[in-house]
Amino acid sequence: MPRFELNDSDLVVVVGSGAGGGTMANELTRRGLKVVLFEAGKRQSLATFSQNPGEAFAQLTWLEPRSQSGTWDPVKTSPTLPAWHCRTVGGTTVHWTAATPRLQSYEVRARTVYGDIPGASLADWPIEYAELKRWYQVAEKRLGVTRRNGNPGMPASNNFKVMYAGARRLGYKRVHTNYLAINSRARDGRGLCIQQGFCVQGCKTGAKWSTLYTEIPRAEASGKLDLRSECLVTRIEHDSAGRATGVVYRDAAGVEQRQRARIVCIAGNAIETARLLLLSESGRFKHGLANGSDQVGRNYCHHVLGFVFGIFDQPVSFWRGAVLAGVVEDENIHDPRRGFAGGYHLELAMLDLPTLPLIGLPYGWGRDFASVIDNYRNMAGMLINGEDLPRADNRITLSTTLKDTYGLPVAHIHCDPHANDLAMRAHAAGRGQKIYEAAGAKRTLVSTIPPATHQMGTARMSNDPGQGVTNGYGRTHEVPNVFISDGSVQTTAGAANPTLTIVALALRQAEHIGREVAAQRL
Amino acid sequence: MNTRATHSSSLQSAERRSFVRGVGVLTGVIALGSPLAALLPGRAWAVELRVLSSAEAAALLAMIRTIAPHDTLDDAAYALVVNAVDGDAAGSMQARTDLKAGMVSLGDGFVLMPEDKRVEHLRFIESGTFFQSVRMKTLLVLYNNPIAWAHFGFQGESFSKGGYLLRGFNDLKWLPEVPLADSGPMPAS
Repeated sequence: MPRFELNDSDLVVVVGSGAGGGTMANELTRRGLKVVLFEAGKRQSLATFSQNPGEAFAQLTWLEPRSQSGTWDPVKTSPTLPAWHCRTVGGTTVHWTAATPRLQSYEVRARTVYGDIPGASLADWPIEYAELKRWYQVAEKRLGVTRRNGNPGMPASNNFKVMYAGARRLGYKRVHTNYLAINSRARDGRGLCIQQGFCVQGCKTGAKWSTLYTEIPRAEASGKLDLRSECLVTRIEHDSAGRATGVVYRDAAGVEQRQRARIVCIAGNAIETARLLLLSESGRFKHGLANGSDQVGRNYCHHVLGFVFGIFDQPVSFWRGAVLAGVVEDENIHDPRRGFAGGYHLELAMLDLPTLPLIGLPYGWGRDFASVIDNYRNMAGMLINGEDLPRADNRITLSTTLKDTYGLPVAHIHCDPHANDLAMRAHAAGRGQKIYEAAGAKRTLVSTIPPATHQMGTARMSNDPGQGVTNGYGRTHEVPNVFISDGSVQTTAGAANPTLTIVALALRQAEHIGREVAAQRL
Repeated sequence: MNTRATHSSSLQSAERRSFVRGVGVLTGVIALGSPLAALLPGRAWAVELRVLSSAEAAALLAMIRTIAPHDTLDDAAYALVVNAVDGDAAGSMQARTDLKAGMVSLGDGFVLMPEDKRVEHLRFIESGTFFQSVRMKTLLVLYNNPIAWAHFGFQGESFSKGGYLLRGFNDLKWLPEVPLADSGPMPAS
């Protein structure tokens, strides 16, 4: 692997190596561009992934603290970990559960379709759905998504048999083993899924797509990638004309370094991407880089989330098998008669025994609490994943109370769920409970809101520079050679797990950059 | 969540050396024929404590059993939580003081109370930091050890055994099978 010079200004810096950054690294090096890929975490491998849930959590998770405020549950239930994402080469694609639904056409026109909802900052995306769909097709081929392009669906697990029986009895029609970026057959140099049930701890067989062992090694093979792991980018610098000149970072030894760059792509996961832009304030950009619109950090979305469990008289053994291999799609519609705008997925889910009481159950203790865990063998589970509405004040700012290892303010998260989110969650939880009752459950439970695993919206796309941070290609309006390459650019959240959308937009952005570079406009 | 990864990190601090070691001890014997015997070096076990007296440890164990009452789960699993709470308290003077004060708030005779009285007592202190820290430590430790996994049936990692593909991921027979159109074929079928 080459090591490019710190003063080499003819290269692209990509910050973050997950779904967005890892894909960008492959796509840009493939086009002949030199890339320095920064990752704050360490590099693991199939061999080093721990199979102890507690150890794996410590090995992969972004554990720097965050401060938080607002009325959403994690302020109380998860004060030091409001968001659960990764800090390791491959980013959150190392621990993701690989569900890859598409956004629906109505979801990218949320402002037009839902109308002006008080207390929400809805906007339409600056991309036509037909254009997005074209890139979804490219991304689905890249990731080997099941039930697309002739890839077989996953076989039904015990947990899915329960969801399927209940959902069909309730009359749901679109119920299947989900669209997953997991090999149901060996392909792309990787083996098939052997139903380990440990997707979240890092897939030991590599059947699950992760940039760690797909996009990044391909970029390395090009001879154009300089991957710098355990290096935290702390600032983006610019010249007097307002163009980015490079980044300041701490190397693995904690020493401050500067890497020059022609183009900077930021893909740090929506919380850290916003933090990096805010940390990069300067005389010219007084409120953070590319933040003339005051939209950096705002409109933070994390999906309407919650677990629903059913307890049965007979064993389910739901810990066996791919975690999210099931979905009910019928509620992913906009039907205001349900009492809220937007829609949701009910996705199959399970939690390993140590994690269940930490994020899966409502608050409690004593006989009632213990009786749930006594029934661990007989539990079935699902996850609500719904569209939350963007709000201007649900936002990432720089913490005034907490600092990181290097003395820089960490991200502060403020979140007040919109009434629409709460109404949707209540509806979804009710439907989930009905599904399990229809399958014969003797008891059902709904969790509190778990830590956020999907981060979106903090540098939203808009054609209007006053309303958004980037244009439709994720290119910042104010700094023409800075791009945002992760879920931060989502104008609204929709109900789709974000990774497929992040990859589709990254593929499209890389083509745009290649074209601009070739035309000498960038 | 992140405390799961870091709760024992301060055990090596020099400050700890000023504390008296072996203040109390918690002991137990695994029942004859219990599958747990295979998980432990012997049927009899002992936990040496750094901060808690034997009587305090017994009261704390009763408190943890009241928070998470699994009647047939062996005391050895609960002793792991006592050990973790004691270890944290050995790490700093403040934690030690807080734990000692918490134990006083449990009062004399807690261990001898019937369960409904223990519950009543804990409801009274539920909103305090002592109860909440013991509850959180219980959630973190009680279900993250081989004794609990064997008891509740969680089989854990499967990579070393070839996954669950041929080991029961789809062995449920009390509901109808899913049509192929909505699922997918078993590999090699």
